[in-house]
Amino acid sequence: MKSFVRMSYPYLLWIGLFIVAPMFMILLYAVTRSGNGTITFSFTLENFSRFLTDTTFLKVLWTSLRIALITTVFCILIGYPAALFIARLSEKRQTLMILLLTLPMWINMLLKTYAWRGILMNFDLESEVKVFIGMVYDFLPYMIIQIHTAIAKLDPNLLVAAHDLGASNWKAFTKVTLPLSVPGIISGITLVFLPAVSSFVIPKLLGGGNYVLIGNLIETYFLVAGDWNFGSAISLIMALIIILSMYLTKKLDRSDVKEE
Amino acid sequence: MPKKSAGRFFTSGYLILVLLFIYLPILYVMVFSFNDSKSMISFSGFSLRWYESMFENREMLESIYYTLLVALIATVVSTVVGTVAAIGLSKARPLLKNIALELNNLPVLNPDIVTAISLMLLFLSVKIQRSIVTLTLAHITFCIPYVILSVLPKLRQLDDNVAEAALDLGATPVKALTRVIIPQIAPAIFSGALIAFSMSFDDFVISFFTAGVDVQNISMYVYSMKRFNPSVNALSTLIVIAVTLILVLANLIPALRERKDKKEEV
Repeated sequence: MKSFVRMSYPYLLWIGLFIVAPMFMILLYAVTRSGNGTITFSFTLENFSRFLTDTTFLKVLWTSLRIALITTVFCILIGYPAALFIARLSEKRQTLMILLLTLPMWINMLLKTYAWRGILMNFDLESEVKVFIGMVYDFLPYMIIQIHTAIAKLDPNLLVAAHDLGASNWKAFTKVTLPLSVPGIISGITLVFLPAVSSFVIPKLLGGGNYVLIGNLIETYFLVAGDWNFGSAISLIMALIIILSMYLTKKLDRSDVKEE
Repeated sequence: MPKKSAGRFFTSGYLILVLLFIYLPILYVMVFSFNDSKSMISFSGFSLRWYESMFENREMLESIYYTLLVALIATVVSTVVGTVAAIGLSKARPLLKNIALELNNLPVLNPDIVTAISLMLLFLSVKIQRSIVTLTLAHITFCIPYVILSVLPKLRQLDDNVAEAALDLGATPVKALTRVIIPQIAPAIFSGALIAFSMSFDDFVISFFTAGVDVQNISMYVYSMKRFNPSVNALSTLIVIAVTLILVLANLIPALRERKDKKEEV
């Protein structure tokens, strides 16, 4: 059976070539100046300081974080009751509801966003509102499914016990169901907030040309301006923010568990 | 009692609203794909003209062809490589396994745009022209992790003794693999392949940065369209129907097999 280990070698090579080497390229470009030869590199932190000292760039970063945050909050506010209500249905209907929620996730995101563009043409809305609708639409099913998984796992006896001990419906919800479903909310947040920060298709298709988020900025520096060094630095800053927020959400999750 | 039914009325009403929101754009494009005029506001009459214009639009047909071609190749390669790698990793030392899995997770956790530009930088810096080849390589790269994440948990549940017994009874390692291990994890391989296909079929960001200028998939075509074109509604409608059929079949086949198995037991 030990000889089976060798079966993983081709993929380990693939990881080196197509996952590790490309990530290293971003790092290399981010800390060097443009125009360097293949052999000599001139290292610099200019790309980072340029981003962090320019208010235009910081504003774009702020807008991206704000949009992602508001999208996440709306997904929780709309998604939590939906997940809770689904968990109260009979088992057959729960399966059906989850299937109905999963189905649109398999349909090309660009086509769905394009459909929203058609619908929203009928309304005179601010471009930011249009972007919100598109974002909440795209991410809501992920949030509902994550929270539903957490709620469906709960032992129904916990609620029975809470009621036996005199808790009202509301109290049983706030003291039992809600705290125990926090892990579901957390994994929902990682599935919504993180991709939302870097999203650039929805802002471009629904927000019109002048609505710039950090994803659009990266696209511009790579494909229009051709400044790969600065583009790489922006992507690294974004990746760092995402890793940091992932770490913080995980920590939040743990401190919640400790309280109990 | 009336209070309870009012509550139920509220909860089912809420769920119906959520479903309406989620299906609104899908139903909307389906209806307007049959519209007689170009308008997305008023329905002036039934016609199939957008379906006709879709099949006359070479650029659109080409994008469908490339999407399917890349998705098929990426699915087959990533399913084979991913399954083989998962079996290998399941027998590897914990250190090797953990490092490999952490790296395997990178394309899943990284924002698509980071994966996309990292691959673009790689191709450009070793002077490989971006083409359908680089596009397919990129798709294989982001599909394999999903196959591994689907197959590996199933391998963990397997009883090692069965494969050991096969080897003790004189089966070659290849036979132990194809007759004992793979049949047991077949459903996980199948769902891994399904996820890989859908990830590849739907991808925009990574394709956008790795395909170059000569090749475009459906997402890139829709993104680059200058003016609103209702043929996209026809295309979306066909894709929705195909996805629904595939998902219904994928959910039906295991159920039917189970029923057949039960009948045979009786």
